[in-house]
Amino acid sequence: MHEMSIASSVVEICAEQANGARVMRVTLEIGQLSAVMPDAIRFCFDVCARDTLVEGAALEIIETPGQARCLACGAALAVAEPFGLCECGSVDLELISGQQLKIRQMEVM
Amino acid sequence: MCTTCGCNGAQAAAVTDLGEREQGQARPGEMDEQQQDAEHAHPHVHAHSHAHDHAHPHDHEHAQGHEHSHGHEPALEPAHAHAHEHGTSVTLEQDILAKNQLLAERNRGWLAGRSILALNLVSSPGAGKTRLLERTIRDLGDTLPLTVIEGDQATLNDAERIRATGARVVQINTGTGCHLDAGMVSRGLTQLDPPLRSVVMIENVGNLVCPALFDLGEQEKVLILSVTEGEDKPVKYPHMFRASTLLLLSKIDLLPHLNFDLARCVEYARRVNPAIEILQVSAQTGEGMDAWYAWLRSHSADLARMRSAQTG
Repeated sequence: MHEMSIASSVVEICAEQANGARVMRVTLEIGQLSAVMPDAIRFCFDVCARDTLVEGAALEIIETPGQARCLACGAALAVAEPFGLCECGSVDLELISGQQLKIRQMEVM
Repeated sequence: MCTTCGCNGAQAAAVTDLGEREQGQARPGEMDEQQQDAEHAHPHVHAHSHAHDHAHPHDHEHAQGHEHSHGHEPALEPAHAHAHEHGTSVTLEQDILAKNQLLAERNRGWLAGRSILALNLVSSPGAGKTRLLERTIRDLGDTLPLTVIEGDQATLNDAERIRATGARVVQINTGTGCHLDAGMVSRGLTQLDPPLRSVVMIENVGNLVCPALFDLGEQEKVLILSVTEGEDKPVKYPHMFRASTLLLLSKIDLLPHLNFDLARCVEYARRVNPAIEILQVSAQTGEGMDAWYAWLRSHSADLARMRSAQTG
């Protein structure tokens, strides 16, 4: 379960950036095509945060929908998976959004 | 963020903000009279100016669109303390996997400097990665020097199988970890010390999910899918198929005994990754292995050519 190592990276980065302050809230951006499950992150986050400056912090996850551009006709289309079929019949798609895996911000006290 | 009054403007980076924030965090009771009177005349300039169109609960006023400059030394700074009931927002905008990515790029540079072709072999458990490697090492012999990094949660079994072929091998046991990461591979490479202009096969932990996210610094990902698995694996695990350059359909000697729909599997793989190359191999009978060796040789030669072009 890679969510564990991702959650642990999130906690590590926040604790480092917090510079000794207590982290109250963390906002993540997780794209729907990123292969990362928000629910699993939520679970792992609490576990990883234990005994750190991040312990007890609220976790907010913004899920970015998947978007692709057809390399054949140039149309933009919404995709729920990292592949799809354009109306023009092409499967040659470039993913343009939805692969984000980011810490947007945190709130410290 | 303005750490003076806590308002959210178009803000600057995180770390300095935090240091300043601590300055501004004295409790109201701890402030002395002078500090209470301190106006927003502190000698620091934020790079941004913010329109204060919201009510401030503190007892001083500042001009609209004022600028305060934060070029201060914290110790000399008058404690411009206001009661903060809310926390301070710190914008990070940081890629969570940035650290792995950085280490992966470092590995990539290290490998390129030695003209080493590194391949990240991924598959589900039992697809035949180790068997494929054993045969590849024996068949290629001295014509293409090969070393191996083995990744498994536990045991030295695979490394021992590789060692029996005479190739140099390092085993990484990830414990509970479900994938190799760039840091582990960096340590593995140091230990392995592969020769110049060789091929390093990094056999990842058998798992079609997690390793897709962790760049190891390899040149390409090679996905091994055995025909004893379902032909719909490409659409079930699209991330890995999308991230891979080459798909080796393995154990094809077993096809006569199976209901595996090869054409459909190929179609699924191309739907997920139109650019993927596909080769059919059997490490048991040797069928199709020549095409795989040709692929290896040409990628290894490309790398050496690129390197010599760079170094002139």
